[in-house]
Amino acid sequence: MSATFTLDGRTIPFTEGQTILQAAVAAGAYIPHLCFHPDFKPHGSCKVCTVKVGGRHAASCTARAAAGAVVESDTPEMNAERRALVQMLFVEGNHFCPSCEKSGDCKLQATAYDLGVVSPHFDHFYPDRPVDASHPDVLLDFNRCILCSLCVRASRDVDRKNVFALAGRGIRTRLIANSRTGRLADTDFSHADKAAHVCPVGVILHKRRGFDTPIGKRVFDLKPISARADSTAEIAAVEADGS
Amino acid sequence: MPSPLLQAPAPAEAAATAMARHRHDPFELLQVLREVQEACGWIPPEAIDCIQARLALPRAKILGVATFYSFLHIKPCGRYRILFSDNITDRMLGSAALMDRMCRALWVERGKVSEDALVSVDTTSCTGLCDQGPALLVNGLAVGRLGERRVDDICELVRGKVPLGEWPAEFFRVEDNIRRRDVLLGASWRPGEALAAALARGPEALVEEMKASKLRGRGGAGFPAGLKWQACREAPGKTRYLVGNADEGEPGNFKDRVLLASSPDAVFEGMTLGAYATGARRGFLYLRGEYRFLLDRLEAVLARRRAAGLLGEAILGRKGFDFDVAIHVGAGAYVCGEESALIESLEGKRGTPRNRPPYPVTNGYLGQPTVVNNVETFAASCLVALKGGAWYAGLGTPESTGTKLVCVSGDCDRPGIYEYPFGVEVRQVLADCGARLTQAVQVSGPSGACVPAAEFGRRLAFEDLPTAGALMAFNAQRDMFEVARNFVHFFAHESCGFCTPCRVGTSLLTNMMDKLANGHGSPYDFAEIERMNLLLQNMSHCGLGHSACNPVLGTIAKFRPAYERRLAHEAFEPAFDLDRALASARQMTGRDDPAAHVQPEMDETA
Repeated sequence: MSATFTLDGRTIPFTEGQTILQAAVAAGAYIPHLCFHPDFKPHGSCKVCTVKVGGRHAASCTARAAAGAVVESDTPEMNAERRALVQMLFVEGNHFCPSCEKSGDCKLQATAYDLGVVSPHFDHFYPDRPVDASHPDVLLDFNRCILCSLCVRASRDVDRKNVFALAGRGIRTRLIANSRTGRLADTDFSHADKAAHVCPVGVILHKRRGFDTPIGKRVFDLKPISARADSTAEIAAVEADGS
Repeated sequence: MPSPLLQAPAPAEAAATAMARHRHDPFELLQVLREVQEACGWIPPEAIDCIQARLALPRAKILGVATFYSFLHIKPCGRYRILFSDNITDRMLGSAALMDRMCRALWVERGKVSEDALVSVDTTSCTGLCDQGPALLVNGLAVGRLGERRVDDICELVRGKVPLGEWPAEFFRVEDNIRRRDVLLGASWRPGEALAAALARGPEALVEEMKASKLRGRGGAGFPAGLKWQACREAPGKTRYLVGNADEGEPGNFKDRVLLASSPDAVFEGMTLGAYATGARRGFLYLRGEYRFLLDRLEAVLARRRAAGLLGEAILGRKGFDFDVAIHVGAGAYVCGEESALIESLEGKRGTPRNRPPYPVTNGYLGQPTVVNNVETFAASCLVALKGGAWYAGLGTPESTGTKLVCVSGDCDRPGIYEYPFGVEVRQVLADCGARLTQAVQVSGPSGACVPAAEFGRRLAFEDLPTAGALMAFNAQRDMFEVARNFVHFFAHESCGFCTPCRVGTSLLTNMMDKLANGHGSPYDFAEIERMNLLLQNMSHCGLGHSACNPVLGTIAKFRPAYERRLAHEAFEPAFDLDRALASARQMTGRDDPAAHVQPEMDETA
């Protein structure tokens, strides 16, 4: 019998060393998250997965599961705070869901819908983020970057290429490509890389197949993200399918 | 002294020299970049080519590091790079007007490089010269006591392209301003004496004395130093490291500067004691970039101590007791004062705080057990070694033993360093420094507490007002809203950008405070500010985000009228101001006549 904790009253088993979110995902329970991916070491930057453990805030992707812990996640208080974080991500970049070819497959959009985000709430920053269309197979639209570092981690830890990195600091933090020109075409990036298939939003876009799956039939058009216990794997499956 | 830049070396040569000096160790990336910056005035792409090839690092990683630190530049920023310290104390002494004066005289816009690529002028976070401000950095070197005359002189020197080495030495003189000495600054003992006392006792006994002294961390958090040393000593690991934290970026703090200038032997001897107690063989002094001017002096002290057998192999003749200290110079990042971010920075990375646990004491530098203590903590440990833990525990208060270096600045006659036993009342400090009609003091800097006059009976101690040292006094003329706004700007500038709430939230908070300052505030904005503060406190990754709201929460609680004055409108107003937005158009056309301004709409009821 493995140890357990409770998530909103539901009993979740875990193995030694697992974090709260890892255990929840394995058990098919949903805690909203953006920078977490089950294939990678938890990072803890987006903070959308923040829960209350014994009454204290903690990022569930990095907080170790402990036997008997009482975890609160799907509460009006936590969801209100998450909503604010998601709104912050929207105003920090330039997100135009209606014209974005990732619409329906985007975790930011799906999470926002699920949390009941109906407006950006905060004043927009309108950053100037030019796109990089240099690569023959992949377009980089930095306007939608939420700085989750998944592509950085995938390229470094799986592809062993270090194609991406974060640069700058604070509100000027940005994603860069590993070449003297800064262009993706001048790196050794390939659309078959793991890094090409982990973007939860619409930064890394595969050319010529943007609308292979029509709007309305995409992952989160069919079911809200909270009803998909393993949404990350589903998106990955969709992407792998077409590449 | 940094290169005067009359003849900058070729980028490749500068990179090769810097890498050789650091044994081509990729973990020394930040030091290599800093030295290239110093030699060339920026980090040219050709230098990055060499570093990329020789250290076998991805270019994007090098750029990621180079763009994280404020004092590193991957674009030319002028042969003279002038940065005005932008702490509230500098502002109170007129720094904004002085910077405008310099910009006008040098025909340069703030934040931009002059057309002839000669000079750039901008602001930077507090440079730690609050007791002798307003201050600036020129090519990384501190200049204090600015006035119109000195600013004009600097403009002349810049225009004349005079190398920094030929500038008047008086400009670069930094005073210690020690106003009150107690057991630490007043001690007179010979270098090596504390070590000899420790060697006579043995390492276990030294740890016991440290625990008995109840000496707590002087960086502000107050963790018992003896317990930290013991935990590191007992942690499993191949090797152990020790770090002296002199990255005092908290605005208003300057005690590390004075301690390193006046008692460097106490700091290094304390670090050597820590090495003896924990078994560490390598130590680092993390010196904030703003204190670059201390580097050569500190290297000389280290050399002297090596020659005297107080550092290096077989210290004081004790076989197997080997320890040495390398100085790591920061490059403008407040967040690196946080111990796990500091370790990332030591490893040549962006200064992003790590997920904790595990803590540095088990998983620190290169994943090994590491003690990070403030330099004042190390200096105080010498007194424990010399006089015993029980003696030390008798000083101060039962919960906050010993003495504290307090950095007094702001509205007072005698700013400087005051060493007091813990437990001193704020009132006493204010009387000693000649502060009058004080309405509030900010204790421990922006992340600390705002204390109004009614609470001047409170004590500087971990159990009442914990402090890293700063005490900024504000007289009745000062606007506490502007104080908080300055601090909020500071946190936004220093946010590392890792987590969403701090990266975006500190900038949103800045915009909200600016909106109030610009006269567009309403009760709605006030509620938004309070909501944002809560979010930062609850959701942020590290102490920077958690405390970014402290100045606002503190002043709202204690000086609410300063905010209410700003709520000019009853109903919500957008922050957007058409007339302000047209400023750049006015500037481009060189117009400022009434017709170039948007007239406010006529009030129909008038």
